[in-house]
Amino acid sequence: MKKLLLATAATALCAGTVYAEDVKLGILLGFTGPLESIAPDMAAAVDLAIAEANDSGIFLDGASTVSSVNADTGCVDASLAVASAERLITSDKVNGIVGGMCSGETTASLQNVALPNGMVMVSPSATSPGLTTIEDNGLFFRTSPSDARQGQVMADILNDRGIKEVAVTYTNNDYGKGLADSFQSAYEESGGKVTINTAHEDGKADYSAEVGALASAGGEVLVVAGYVDQGGAGIVNGSLDTGAFDTFMFPDGMVSDALEQNFGDMVEGSFGQHPGNDSDGGAKFNAAGEAAGFIPTNAFAPESYDAAALILLAMQAAGSTDPQVYKEKVMDVANAPGEQILPGELAKGLQILKDGGEVDFVGASAVELIGPGESAGNYREIEFKDGAMTTVGYR
Amino acid sequence: MDFLNAIVALTNYVVIPAMSYGSQLALGALGVTLVYGILRFSNFAHGDTMAFGAMVTILVTWLMQSVGINLGPLPTALLALPFGILGCVALVLVTDRLVYRFYREQKAKPVILVIVSMGVMFIMNGLVRFIIGPDDQRFSDGARFIISARDFKSMTGLNEGLAIKTSQGLTVVTAVVVVAVLFWFLNRTRTGKSMRAYSDNEDLALLSGINPERVVVYTWLIVAALATVAGVLYGLDKSFKPFTYFQLLLPIFASAIVGGLGSPLGAIAGGFIIAFSEVTITYAWKKVAVYLLPERFEPDGLVQLLSTDYKLAVSFVILLIVLLFRPTGIFRGKAL
Repeated sequence: MKKLLLATAATALCAGTVYAEDVKLGILLGFTGPLESIAPDMAAAVDLAIAEANDSGIFLDGASTVSSVNADTGCVDASLAVASAERLITSDKVNGIVGGMCSGETTASLQNVALPNGMVMVSPSATSPGLTTIEDNGLFFRTSPSDARQGQVMADILNDRGIKEVAVTYTNNDYGKGLADSFQSAYEESGGKVTINTAHEDGKADYSAEVGALASAGGEVLVVAGYVDQGGAGIVNGSLDTGAFDTFMFPDGMVSDALEQNFGDMVEGSFGQHPGNDSDGGAKFNAAGEAAGFIPTNAFAPESYDAAALILLAMQAAGSTDPQVYKEKVMDVANAPGEQILPGELAKGLQILKDGGEVDFVGASAVELIGPGESAGNYREIEFKDGAMTTVGYR
Repeated sequence: MDFLNAIVALTNYVVIPAMSYGSQLALGALGVTLVYGILRFSNFAHGDTMAFGAMVTILVTWLMQSVGINLGPLPTALLALPFGILGCVALVLVTDRLVYRFYREQKAKPVILVIVSMGVMFIMNGLVRFIIGPDDQRFSDGARFIISARDFKSMTGLNEGLAIKTSQGLTVVTAVVVVAVLFWFLNRTRTGKSMRAYSDNEDLALLSGINPERVVVYTWLIVAALATVAGVLYGLDKSFKPFTYFQLLLPIFASAIVGGLGSPLGAIAGGFIIAFSEVTITYAWKKVAVYLLPERFEPDGLVQLLSTDYKLAVSFVILLIVLLFRPTGIFRGKAL
């Protein structure tokens, strides 16, 4: 008993002080499940940031090294995610978590594990608007924008183009419904009119009834919040065939090479937006990622790199690996003022922080944390001109 | 002018899609109703028989396209159709020999055969996915439109466009031809008459010297041909994806039951009833109303009875009503 007390006291003393230690980051992603194809590249991006910090030789006291531990969430499996998060914190004793991946699973592990244990979670890819208002004790951040933000961007694009009336159809799931609703409220607030906001099921062969209803409601533009290889394409096809709509607005689920190939020359003047930015960070990250042997252009790989980098920089700024201490610094290192830090410049950032300066981490996805610690979100606005998808600008 | 616009809008969004969808359902329901009338069980494998026939046709179409055979403005699939029918005939005859004949000889109850056909359905479903994959396949070529919405507008000067796709025109024409041939066959030929006799009274037919195995083979031949034609037309008009054929099973059965199982005429009527009610009940009538009504009566809402999400529910409601009030169906088929 005496020994135990002594040991506990010793551990308590040690906690919070900086000394050479093995810092661990948990990578809590959906390595199995519907998004398993992009998870490995996201994890590789996290490891890239960790390797940079280790190579700098100045992380914390200079003798500390960072390592990563992978854990699976299954993306749609809340109980698996909770068990994995539990394991990372209690058995692997990580100092911070990059994850979770999908919105539902992230909510579960945040509320059931991270909050009670006081662990910082930085999600690279959970985009549900629900996570904006969730009770998080300042422990939860995300480097991806909320879908509510995309709705606002869409409203802005339409208003700038002078379009006052649109019809909306969305794919019948959390993504489609969330996006369509956030868009409708943002658009109506700014004076636009949504004539109809209706769902379509994916995987059907025939969308003539849906197109008929949309056409009857009318509008200058049809907003298709769906997937390009699913019902979204069917709706566009049906609308073009019957002459119901000629001009479309494509949110991120629709903007892809497949859209350009299948519809490029038929949707002249249509427009849309998807996450993207024009900072140098993206290009630098792509070069570094290819050198490291993964696919940096895969969805959410840049955000994953940024999530890991933010945790490491915040630890450096706080001089501590205790989540309760460094959580206060995450917003500081992500935003101005300070020296801008791009991918590959983590060593520079760590040095500045070591010397007591300030940094503004830009990273691969031009991170700017707003509100309760989520990315402001940058979108690339595209338009179809002469059958090709062209960049109009960035928002 | 407004009146014309209303008519055109209605035709474009309701009548034409419902006509082609109805023809496809009718052809499918004819197959189901023939199996029910003559072989005396509900064939749940019918949707996947359609998928198999369409798949063979698609594979032959691709082969023809690759060597440069085509039909000009008509889709190449029409040339490949006979091969698809042959493939499908081979499949159903082998299935009958391996599976159904065993139960027929045992005089198994219809309910057992229904369960057996479900097993066959899953195997055919797997077979199609295994060969061609679960994804969307496109095989239509030739001219896409008989008349496109844009051309119609510039031709008539109306506000509303009217589009008729080649596949839609083709569907209706083919359905009419196939149905005419089928009815001539059933009513005028010796084999057709023996099939009807067998359907009316099996024992009496046997006594008059009708060979039951021959009737069974002929029935499967016709069913395979109908299924392939329906499957190919559906695939041309919409797109080919194995899973959608599986889903098609429900409206097809609804059509056959509403019309009266076992009655070929009923199957056709049922197909169109289901198709038209699905489209008209979920159609938003605002556009038509705005053209027809005087300005102060113009509706603010969409004038939509049911959201399109509930499209499938419509056929079930009709099915329920028919089963409750007229279980034999509109054309007095056999009661279930």
